Amino acid sequence: MSRYFTEEHEWIDVDGDIATVGITEYAQEQLGDIVFVELPAEGAKFDKGDDAAVVESVKAASDVYAPISGEVVEANGALEEEPALVNSDPEEDGWFFKLRVADSSEFEGLMNEADYRKFIAGL
Amino acid sequence: MTTQPSEILDDSAPETASPERLPLDAWHRSRGGRMVEFASYEMPIQYEGIMAEHAWTRTHAGLFDVSHMGQLAFSGDDVDAALETVLPGDILGLKTFCQKYSLLLDENGGILDDLMVSRRPDDFYMVVNGAMKFEDIGWLREHLPDNITMNHMEDHALLALQGPEAGAALAELIPETADLYFMQCNAFTFGGHDLWISRSGYTGEDGFEISVPAEGVEALADALCALPQVKPIGLGARDSLRLEAGLPLYGHDIDTKVSPIAADLGFAISKRRREQGGFIGHGRIAKELTDGVPSRRVGLSIDGRLPAREGSLIFVGDAQVGMVTSGGFAPTVGAPIAMGWVATPHCAIGTALEIEVRGKRLAAKVAPMPFVPHNYRRLKPGA
Repeated sequence: MSRYFTEEHEWIDVDGDIATVGITEYAQEQLGDIVFVELPAEGAKFDKGDDAAVVESVKAASDVYAPISGEVVEANGALEEEPALVNSDPEEDGWFFKLRVADSSEFEGLMNEADYRKFIAGL
Repeated sequence: MTTQPSEILDDSAPETASPERLPLDAWHRSRGGRMVEFASYEMPIQYEGIMAEHAWTRTHAGLFDVSHMGQLAFSGDDVDAALETVLPGDILGLKTFCQKYSLLLDENGGILDDLMVSRRPDDFYMVVNGAMKFEDIGWLREHLPDNITMNHMEDHALLALQGPEAGAALAELIPETADLYFMQCNAFTFGGHDLWISRSGYTGEDGFEISVPAEGVEALADALCALPQVKPIGLGARDSLRLEAGLPLYGHDIDTKVSPIAADLGFAISKRRREQGGFIGHGRIAKELTDGVPSRRVGLSIDGRLPAREGSLIFVGDAQVGMVTSGGFAPTVGAPIAMGWVATPHCAIGTALEIEVRGKRLAAKVAPMPFVPHNYRRLKPGA
């Protein structure tokens, strides 16, 4: 399984044709205390870059984009009860949604972990 | 992921090329403050996190740097009568060492700014919003008689110490401050510097606002934060605390479009002044006291957990009846709350409304404010 990252601070785990999407440790740190996550419905279809979810912190609402194109097969229901999971475990239990990948060539433009670390070090 | 500008970061001050730095700038950074631009200054939005800082202030004592606010001093013959021409409050009746909430109104009765004013032995001291201070100064200079001297105390910092343990904390450094009650003020000294301290604030908690010469502010902030009850608190928690306390934020909940009567700030206009007038904007006040107002500022409690933020529209059925002007998740309440403007027929406490957020309708009710009871140290219980 490989993990990709975007400049919008999302991570994507790819397992076969299923991609799990969440936001990074850096992103949750920047957002602060998260009080609500609005997740997409199962079956929703996104093109890369579409608004897919909304994270509400105490201070602001932030859009989360679909990092690749695909159809939502599952959303993380645990975030409804406990949105703070995104703060405490953003890169594992705090995942947002799973997509059935529409076009695996879209992974080519994404960063690997080492590149992402370099990217945030430069911010 | 992109973050939309927070309402507390979006400010009505004119953009400047580079924001200014406060006297405590390095102090904030060294304590882990995350700095953002607010009111043309770089200010700490948070240290350890808004929720934790909010909870700390409600249970212990939080130290806020509010040095961006405008501190003004007014003196001259009959300065109280002169101030009554620009303020709708009872300034003649304001006792020495007492403070009052007041407003600057334009000719149409719209709110130019809200402020605190105190009578000191030799002058009047006023604190105005940081984002509005230069406009206020221009307005006041234009409308006050020439014999009134106005001093913008730019060489002074302003700290707020807020929370149920604020009184005990400050008394450890300055024991005489224990004699102050809510909305009283007096002169004190600390570390060789003259301080002016009022027992007031913007959180709904007991606490103080401390005016201190800029060169003395770091030693005072260090001494306060060395006490076990005190932690530095950022602007983020300041906003969530004031929203729970039902206190309006200028430029968001109130502005020149609205009058103090509709804004539920009629308490700032005394009976004598309502009847006699003699201040800028009185015409609209008198008319609204007789005829009523088309809409009012109200509190809103919201079902579920999704916050409704500034700009969200309020509906009854298909009819838009208002708009949210401040909103967010209320840490002490544990639910989303908001403040907004609602058409008078729908603004009774308990009225069911709907607020639209990203195409969804959230169930909401008009709620009494404050959302969290005020915890002031009043001279007389219930006074």
